[in-house]
Parts: sequence; C-alpha cells; structure tokens
Amino acid sequence: MRVSNEQVTPPAGRPGASALSAAGFADQTRLADQAGQPGDRNIAVRLTEVSKAYGAGPSRLLALDSVSVTVADGEFVCIIGASGCGKSTLLNLVAGLDKPTSGQVDTGGRRVGLMFQEPALFPWLTAGRNVELALRARGVPRAQRPAMTTELLDTVRLGAFRDKRPHELSGGMRQRVAMARALALDADVLLMDEPFGALDAMTRDLLHDELERICAERTLTVLFVTHNVREAARLGDRVILLSSRPGRIIEEYALPRQGQRRIDSPEVSEVAARLTDRLREEVGRHGS
Amino acid sequence: MVADQALRGLDSLELPPDPGRQGGPGRLARRTWAAFWPKLLAVALVLALWEVVTLAGWKKYVLKGPGPVFSNLWQQMQHEMLWATIGWTMRSALEGYLVALVIGSVVGLLVSRIAPLRAAVGSIITGLQTMPSVAWAPFAIVLFGENNSAILFVVILGAAPSIANGLISGVDYTPPLLLRAGKTMGLRGFALYRYLILPASLPAFVAGLKQGWAFAWRSLMAAELFVAIIGQTSIGQVLDTDQQNLDFVGVSSVIIVILVIGILVDTAFTKADIALRRRRGLLDPAAAT
Repeated sequence: MRVSNEQVTPPAGRPGASALSAAGFADQTRLADQAGQPGDRNIAVRLTEVSKAYGAGPSRLLALDSVSVTVADGEFVCIIGASGCGKSTLLNLVAGLDKPTSGQVDTGGRRVGLMFQEPALFPWLTAGRNVELALRARGVPRAQRPAMTTELLDTVRLGAFRDKRPHELSGGMRQRVAMARALALDADVLLMDEPFGALDAMTRDLLHDELERICAERTLTVLFVTHNVREAARLGDRVILLSSRPGRIIEEYALPRQGQRRIDSPEVSEVAARLTDRLREEVGRHGS
Repeated sequence: MVADQALRGLDSLELPPDPGRQGGPGRLARRTWAAFWPKLLAVALVLALWEVVTLAGWKKYVLKGPGPVFSNLWQQMQHEMLWATIGWTMRSALEGYLVALVIGSVVGLLVSRIAPLRAAVGSIITGLQTMPSVAWAPFAIVLFGENNSAILFVVILGAAPSIANGLISGVDYTPPLLLRAGKTMGLRGFALYRYLILPASLPAFVAGLKQGWAFAWRSLMAAELFVAIIGQTSIGQVLDTDQQNLDFVGVSSVIIVILVIGILVDTAFTKADIALRRRRGLLDPAAAT
C-alpha cells in the first residue's frame, strides 16, 4: 500500500482507557501514560518515534509508524493487533535483528532473549545440549555449563527430559525447552512472539502460570506479542493495541495486578471482550 | 503445586508410552526376514527369467544360463586373483573418493559462503555433475598417460561435484528460523557455521556423499575399461579382456561382482542416512524398519 505523509501523527487519543474503567478492573485501571511511567523503576526498553518501512518506491510498505513505547524493568507488556500490525517487526527491532528506518530503540545494554511461535530448537541436539549451546554462545565456561543446564531445565520442569531430542517431546515441552534456552542467555528482557500460539488451550493455560512464576522468580521484563486478546488480558500488566498497516499505537490499557488472574475469570473476560471490540473496529476500517 | 502436577500429568500423557523391547532376538530375526524376503524374491525372479530365456534358446551359441555363470564365479572366488583384482580396484575407488571428499567439501563450503564464487562456478559444478564420466577418460589419458593418475582424475571429477552440491544445498536449506534463533543466541561467523549451519547441512551432505559414491564407482569402471596399467589387473581390465575373448560367462561374472560391490557400499550409506534422519525425527517411525 502507499504510504501517506502523515508519518509523525501521534498515536490516537485514548478513549479506550476510560471505556475500560467500567470493566471489572475499574478501581485499578489507570491511564497507561501514568502506569507506564516508571517512577522509581528503571526503563528496560524505550522506543522513541520508531518507524520501519520495507522496500522503496511504490512498493514501499510502512510496517510501523512512529511507535513510542517505554517498558519498565520487571513489567509484562502485551502487544496485540490484527494481521499486518507489525508486531513481529517490533520485536525484531528490539532484539536488534533489524534496524529502524527512523526513530530510536534503546534497551540500555540489557540482554535480550527472543522466543518464537515455533520452538526453533536444533533438532540434532538433545534438550540439554540445546540449552548448553546457548550458555556456550554466551561465553559460560565449560565447567559451569552442566550445572547451569540442570538448573534451567528444572526451572521449566523438564529436568527428567534432558536427554530427549526435540522430536521426542510434545509441542508444549519443546516450547519450555525454548524458554530455558532463552533464559540461558541470562536475558533481562524476554521478547515473545506468539510463543503459545500453536499450543492447545490446556497446555497454553498451564504455560501462562509457568511463565508468570518464572518472570516473578527472575524479575524478567517481557514484551509479549499475541493475537489472542484473552491471553493478553490474562498476562499483561499493560496491553498495547496496534493498528494495522501501518502499525500505530491506538490504545494502551493498564491492568494492575491483584493476585493471580485466571484465563476464565470475569475480569479477564471483560477486558478481553473490550479489546476484541476495539480490534474489530480497527480491522473494520480496512474493509470499507 | 496444582499447576506443577497438572503439567507433569500433561507431559506424561503427551508422550507416547514406551513400547519396551518386545520379543528380543526373535523380533530382530523377524524384522530382518521382513526386510529381506522381497529382495530375495526379486533376485530369484531375475534368475528364473534368465534361465527361461536361456532354455528358450535365444542367442544359444553365446548366452549361458545362471548355472555356469555362478559356478564360474564360485571357482574364481577360490583363487587369490579375483580378490587381488577387487582389492586393487577398491583401492583406486577409495583413494579417488577420499580426494573427491576433500575437494568437494572445500569447494562446496567456499561456494556456499562466497557469493561471487557461486555466481562464477555454481552452475559449472552442476554442469560437471551431468557430464558422463566416460567422456573424461580419453582426456585423462592424453593428460596423464595410461596410469593410475588418469584413473583417479576421472573418479575425482565424477564424485566431487555431487559432494560439493550436497554441501551447498545443505547450507542453502538451513531453516531461516534456526538461523534467526542462532543469531539471537549470539552465534556469529565461525561459531554460526560450526554449531548451526554445518550440523543443519549434514543430511543433505550425506545425500551428496551417497550420490558421490555412485558417481565415483561408475567413473572408476569407465576409467578402468580405458586405462590398462601394466602389471595391475583391475575389474575393468578383466571385463575388457573377457569382452575381447567373447567370454559370456566371464563378462557376466564381472558384472555381478561390480553390481554387488556397488549395492553393498550404497547400503552402508543408506543405513547412515536413515540413522541420521531417525536421530532428528525426520523419519516416520511407522515407516522406519
């Protein structure tokens, strides 16, 4: 599609935040602008007016348009949007696998780990060796690797499956090995690109609990991309809604935490419903 | 820990139950028999057909049945001469193949890494692969004279392109997702090759090695038919002599020897290939026997 000249248009207003106040989160819901400001917490990831275009000339495609996001240390931020919103582009930029066309990406020298929808494990290595290779790539001395591998596999509760090859494990278990591998990089920031998208509902539900536990144990900062609104409402401290083609921030919701959420709890359902409505509205714009 | 227990339960449910070792040696014998009887049947059918054609009297002054051929082969096997001949030929095959392995690997690695080199010689390698090796034999004789170097030259030219191409396609088809994962881990340059690209290329490389062997064996037979080295009898030379004597039994015996050696080595490569695929889960477990 053609790119308009309105690249510096700031993100649209945030009426959605007030709409959300009526939801089950009413008392705790604040504008993301306030919640997102770290105060005494440090900023782990800062994107300033980041745009990313692919190609040139008439076929130029603007994937991200002037996106500004700050994520505080230890925060769990979900990014949702329909197809073509540049979610994966955003993560690639933060991971340093790609450079923005304009704007700045700053992670303050933090280590960044990336997980994909597919586990992307090396099929010729056992679960343990996959984790060990990440340790080796990070420069951990050989003598320390076995013990660290044990610890990481225990963290994802796969200590007993160390010698299994990826194809001998189930989808959920592979994804947990991939998580152990990402943790092996000693990442401060974990970028997750629809990591549970290919899993069945029950496994996904259990892995949400696991991810929450691991993040709490290790004070991880997470940027979690998903197209599943329920998942976003279940996991996020904050949810960022992106428009499609080009990807722009249209809403941000702060969802402060009060104890553990469940995927089927009323407040999660209510937030999810609202996110869905807003997302449909956004997708509808492209249909007319 | 309810979640912990649920997760463990799910893990154990999602993995197939361990079938264990059933039957022990009896099972092995059954599997071997299941793999072999179709092959035995095929051989028996060919021999029967051969016998029928012979009995029918087609080309009756030349053609002999399997009986005389195999009894000749059996007699030959009692003599050291046959084994010395096979030994000499296998030595040439091995030497040529090893050199081709080194050249093919180095060329394949360089071509896969360096873009201009690929543009320059990529299609030449494929062209060389399609070239009938018999055509190189006169060239090699003119260049080296009738000696072992000429034979090795033909074998190397036959096998190296397949080996190089196997490695190149392995490197090319390294899954992009794994490359992305590797780069996220911080693998760069040599480490990326050592820990990701080369292991990922291994199945294609083994396929190239297997094809390279087939080409080496053909090239060697072609070269030995052309090149007579004084004082050394090779399989190709025996074949040539038998042809000149119009010795049907001799010619047939040599062809059987060539065929059997080719099949045996090819089987070894196939076994290696299957083992590799099984380790990586690239094999349908139901189809793997």
